[in-house]
Amino acid sequence: MYKYDTYDQQQVNARVEEFRDQVRRRLEGHITEDQFKPLRLMNGLYLQLHAYMLRVAVPYGTLSGAQMRMLGHIADKYDRGYGHFTTRQNIQYNWIKLEDAPDILADLASVEMHAIQTSGNCIRNTTSDQYAGAVADEVVDPRPYAELIRQWSTFHPEFSFLPRKFKMAVIASDTDRAAMRLHDIGIRIVRNEAGELGAAFYVGGGMGRTPMIAPCIREWVPIDQMITYSEACLRVYNRYGRRDNKYKARIKILVHELGKDEYARQVEEEFAHLLTLSIEPPLAELERIKAQFADPPFESGLSDDLDRSDPDFALWIDANCLPHKRPGYIAATISLKPVGGIPGDASADQIRLMGDLAERYSFDECRVTHAQNVVLPHVRKADLFALWQQLDAAGLATANLDQIGDIIACPGLDYCSLANARSIPVAQKISQRLAGKARDIGELKLKISGCINACGHHHAGHIGILGVDKKGVENYQLLLGGCEGADTSLGQITGPGFDEDGIVDAVETATGVYLSNRQGTERFIDTYRRIGMAPFKEAIYG
Amino acid sequence: MKILTGNDLKTGAVTWWDGVQWSLHVEDAVDVGEHADTILAREQATRRVNAAYAIEAVKDEDGVRPAHIKDRIRALGPTVRPDLTLKPADPAAGNWVI
Repeated sequence: MYKYDTYDQQQVNARVEEFRDQVRRRLEGHITEDQFKPLRLMNGLYLQLHAYMLRVAVPYGTLSGAQMRMLGHIADKYDRGYGHFTTRQNIQYNWIKLEDAPDILADLASVEMHAIQTSGNCIRNTTSDQYAGAVADEVVDPRPYAELIRQWSTFHPEFSFLPRKFKMAVIASDTDRAAMRLHDIGIRIVRNEAGELGAAFYVGGGMGRTPMIAPCIREWVPIDQMITYSEACLRVYNRYGRRDNKYKARIKILVHELGKDEYARQVEEEFAHLLTLSIEPPLAELERIKAQFADPPFESGLSDDLDRSDPDFALWIDANCLPHKRPGYIAATISLKPVGGIPGDASADQIRLMGDLAERYSFDECRVTHAQNVVLPHVRKADLFALWQQLDAAGLATANLDQIGDIIACPGLDYCSLANARSIPVAQKISQRLAGKARDIGELKLKISGCINACGHHHAGHIGILGVDKKGVENYQLLLGGCEGADTSLGQITGPGFDEDGIVDAVETATGVYLSNRQGTERFIDTYRRIGMAPFKEAIYG
Repeated sequence: MKILTGNDLKTGAVTWWDGVQWSLHVEDAVDVGEHADTILAREQATRRVNAAYAIEAVKDEDGVRPAHIKDRIRALGPTVRPDLTLKPADPAAGNWVI
């Protein structure tokens, strides 16, 4: 894992003291809320429905045990005993007091964490593959490159006031587990026939009110020019992005309006210019970072055998564990989606336990996923049963990864001031209604957003649900056919919306159409793509 | 009726204008009629409230009820965590929101 150097730590410490002074001045009335708001947002502090909300950055989703325990400590000391893991690998606290915020940031800084750039029109936390460094299908661990982007983008003076927020993702596998093409910039690290590393750039993706899949604008950028090319992409956007209209200000609109080829041409011009300025970080810095992401000291000669005699344990292995690149190890996902639970929520005790288990069983490392779960990436198979027993005792052993109960849901109208409808109750009802059929249904990614901003990724759900406000009443639109990953697609609306109970019925009906038409090992999305929307619409609307 | 709501500057807690000060309880809210802008400007200047605004509400035998569900959720608390609402001992309290 990356460890802060003196420079990183000084930057974060200085930011804490700067914000402490800004809070003091606000509380004493020296600055107005209009003056203070952009300052607090730059430190991840929003004002939401019930209180201030603090969003803490988890760079590329990676945490140590001590960092995870600190997140539990903050939940207990400053919040109401829980935290909410988000759809961008971060964590949010919903009940923060302004007067406590500087102390929280100081506690975070003590474990090399912060909330910088988790809001505002800047480059946000860079996300990555939650199984980075653990799976065999990657060409290289993508996290050193994500870390390089973190260092480049943090406090970048030119990109602190972009036309809109800017999200980047970095992966290094053909299998995209980070919804890479639904980001402003998605980078896929690739290796050519000569064995050299490069970066494929996908620019102009995103969800929100105008969902778009990012086109590839360059299939190969030499890895030692990745930052320079990123800078060129940002510069063209910063120059020509629509600042006159918030709803047309994301880079996806610019790429769409210019056309991929024209945008790419302008980036190439800027890239050529920037290459003459030698802005790329020295390779020695990348090597310094890479050294900190070296494999942990895996043992050799371990057995791959697992005692599957406990049926619940066997179910959990099959549902939540992924093969590891090294014999004798496995990557285990802790589902934060108990049946009827709140997606992504974990109590302070559960958060601390996950930190302890990461330290004990996974080389002191865990990962937050964009699907609001937590991964222990490097577990010895010999330890897996003991790990599972402790998770089970803490209510953290739900065996439902990528099943219909593993729902991505934004906080919705229960917490969010932007939301038009509640997301969580819908997720809870669907999870309860279909719990008995989930294993039979198999992989089905269901995603719920409480407004058009799409924090719940509804466009990318095999089944997506969008909550809207219909004359003051919550109403839910149903979408089918969305998908993230290598075969990214955007869901299509089935027809008129439903009330809360109606949308649960409609989802159950859709799963029934799938089960009736499934051929062989087809997933829901495969069957949908084969038979199309019509049979679903007919069953749902009659 | 028109009532005023905002958040406490220090704690962020949802508050309601009761005619004299800011209350945590929506049932204390009073009709401000045409005086919303005057009260909001005065109160925000004294930092007794933050991000305040006026909303429509109705008053009946059950008390004051904001017209929009968003403000009813603000008034009570998250519908999915009854234990964190202002009425944790009342399992039916959420019905008032919906």
